[in-house]
Amino acid sequence: MNDKHVKLSVKSVTKIFGKQPKKALQLLKEGSPKGEILKKTGSTVGVNQASFDVYAGEIFVIMGLSGSGKSTLVRTLNRLIDPTVGEVWIDGKEITKMKKDELKNVRRKNISMVFQKFALLPHRTVLENTEYGLEVQGIGKEERKLKAMKALKLVGLEGYENQFPKQLSGGMQQRVGLARALANDTDILLMDEAFSALDPLIRKDMQDELLELQSSMEKTIIFITHDLDEALRIGDRIALMKDGEIVQIGSPEEILMNPSNQYVERFVEDVDLSKVLTAGHVMKRAETVQIDKGPRVALQMMKDLGISSIYAVDKKKTLIGTIHAADAKTAVEKGQSLHEIVDRDVKKVASGTLLTNLFDKVSTATIPVAVVDNNRLQGILVKGAVIGALAGNNEVINDLERVNNQVPISQSDKGGV
Amino acid sequence: MESLMPKLPIADWVDRFVDWLTITFEAAFDGITVGLESVVEGLVTGLGFIPSYLFMILLGLLAWKLSSKGIALFTIIGLLLINNLGYWEPMLETLALVLTAVFLSVIIGVPIGIWASQSKRVKQIVTPILDIMQTMPAFVYLIPAIFFFNIGVVPGVVASVIFSMPPTIRLTILGIQQVPADIIEATEAFGSTTSQRLLKVQLPLAMPTIMAGINQSIMLGLSMVVIASMVGAPGLGADVYRAVTQIQIGKGFEAGLAIVVIAIILDRITQNIGIKKQGGN
Repeated sequence: MNDKHVKLSVKSVTKIFGKQPKKALQLLKEGSPKGEILKKTGSTVGVNQASFDVYAGEIFVIMGLSGSGKSTLVRTLNRLIDPTVGEVWIDGKEITKMKKDELKNVRRKNISMVFQKFALLPHRTVLENTEYGLEVQGIGKEERKLKAMKALKLVGLEGYENQFPKQLSGGMQQRVGLARALANDTDILLMDEAFSALDPLIRKDMQDELLELQSSMEKTIIFITHDLDEALRIGDRIALMKDGEIVQIGSPEEILMNPSNQYVERFVEDVDLSKVLTAGHVMKRAETVQIDKGPRVALQMMKDLGISSIYAVDKKKTLIGTIHAADAKTAVEKGQSLHEIVDRDVKKVASGTLLTNLFDKVSTATIPVAVVDNNRLQGILVKGAVIGALAGNNEVINDLERVNNQVPISQSDKGGV
Repeated sequence: MESLMPKLPIADWVDRFVDWLTITFEAAFDGITVGLESVVEGLVTGLGFIPSYLFMILLGLLAWKLSSKGIALFTIIGLLLINNLGYWEPMLETLALVLTAVFLSVIIGVPIGIWASQSKRVKQIVTPILDIMQTMPAFVYLIPAIFFFNIGVVPGVVASVIFSMPPTIRLTILGIQQVPADIIEATEAFGSTTSQRLLKVQLPLAMPTIMAGINQSIMLGLSMVVIASMVGAPGLGADVYRAVTQIQIGKGFEAGLAIVVIAIILDRITQNIGIKKQGGN
């Protein structure tokens, strides 16, 4: 995500099913709604002028209810379905213009796919299924076995290679589907409702595993789902589809906090924000004192801010502990340094922690909980802000990227305290 | 009504067409006759070389391997019975006729079935032809078959081929088209060529259905042996036919029983060929 290199680009792709695509296309350009086009031409608009870019290494989720055209859209990317008009580009090459042979090579080397109903070959073993993509490329037996075994190991199916798909549970079958896609070692992975047919618990496991795999593989994944929670969990960016159109593209936070229209708003209104927002989203700026300063400085700061304790950090913003006002007062009298009175027993959470996982800490804390990244203080959690965020109040949500890049304000900025 | 439209001279047309065929393709028909005759006779001679008891054991072992112990036992007892009744030689002739006819049905029928499964238009042309082949009474094409191939085993084989081929074609089409669309989609997504898709996915998955079709073809081929004997094909059918014309009820029953035994053995053995390979169910 750091270098935003466009891996795959979709330019106003439209797919019309039916007998009069030209007429339907004309009507579509004139702005006729789907229902009217169906009435006039008997054609269905599957995808309506979808455009988006997918960056290398990201998980791009296309989400929508059934019939929204998401499965059609993903199939236009490797042309399992040919778009009526529009362009698909991968690595600067136009897929939509390719001849059969070129396309076949792209499917073999650049894009692989995982299917909702697994689509495994029932007459082949797990290993033979995993080898399929390599086999059609004419890769030798030894080499493809090696690669297939590596892929099976990645998805945790070592030891199952001689089983038949029917002997495996749904979750394991989909691991085979994933291994088959991984064995080809393509840059792009299309996942069409890959986890939708699985039990909720297994689905969550698979999501976690996918994220874990992705952290080491850095594939470009286009993931189709109808499940908003799934989209929010795994998506770096989400495209929301309705009636064949993309209605909004954005990060999970953007979709949740700034729905672009009523449809998106209705879609996201039931979302449990505590499972989406992190400590980083709701933290407030932390007031800190540098540990090498004297207790007088700390005391003065607390007085100015009207607070009874303050976090102490070193020059690198590493969190040391808490300075309590009472201790500071004693230290001034006894001539102690802050090092001697700092309370090192600090409640802290990582900035990526979901709100749902920090309620306990926040509710029992007597002072705001510290938010840290690699032990460097990023901010603090104030109860009011946490509750406000859960209520969907935009004002208390930080723009995460800006927060991360910003150096937390230290006491030196406060103008010579 | 009759005066409104004169009777169509379909009979005349067919007569003239058959005459034309007989003359035009005489050489071809003669070639086929000689070829098929030598195949069937060679098969009979070849099978005749095997001592009857060895033959029983071999077929019994085959039945055991492809089906079950019970069927193997039935095979051996059934063949012993046929041998005991004195129908060994006719049984071999029938077997040769049926196997030749079914072999031709399969090597012609399966490719046609594959072709029809890939192209809607081919299927549209093939389907009504299959309907005609299955419903047109066999006697109707037996007569022209005599013109083309003389009297003997060959018109019998040809009639059996015509009658027994449709299930192989139909079930080949069905088997291939029954392969789930998502599996086909997956093979496409991984960049398979058409022949890779056919050989690695569609045919293996269709195999049980195709084998069911071949099994049906064998059964239909066996049901033709009596009719084939009317144009001079030797074998168990000829014995049944002779018994019927001479009103020898007991003899007719014996020969009929021998046909039933052969039918059951062939059916049980071929029934399991396609299914056995689908390992790990």
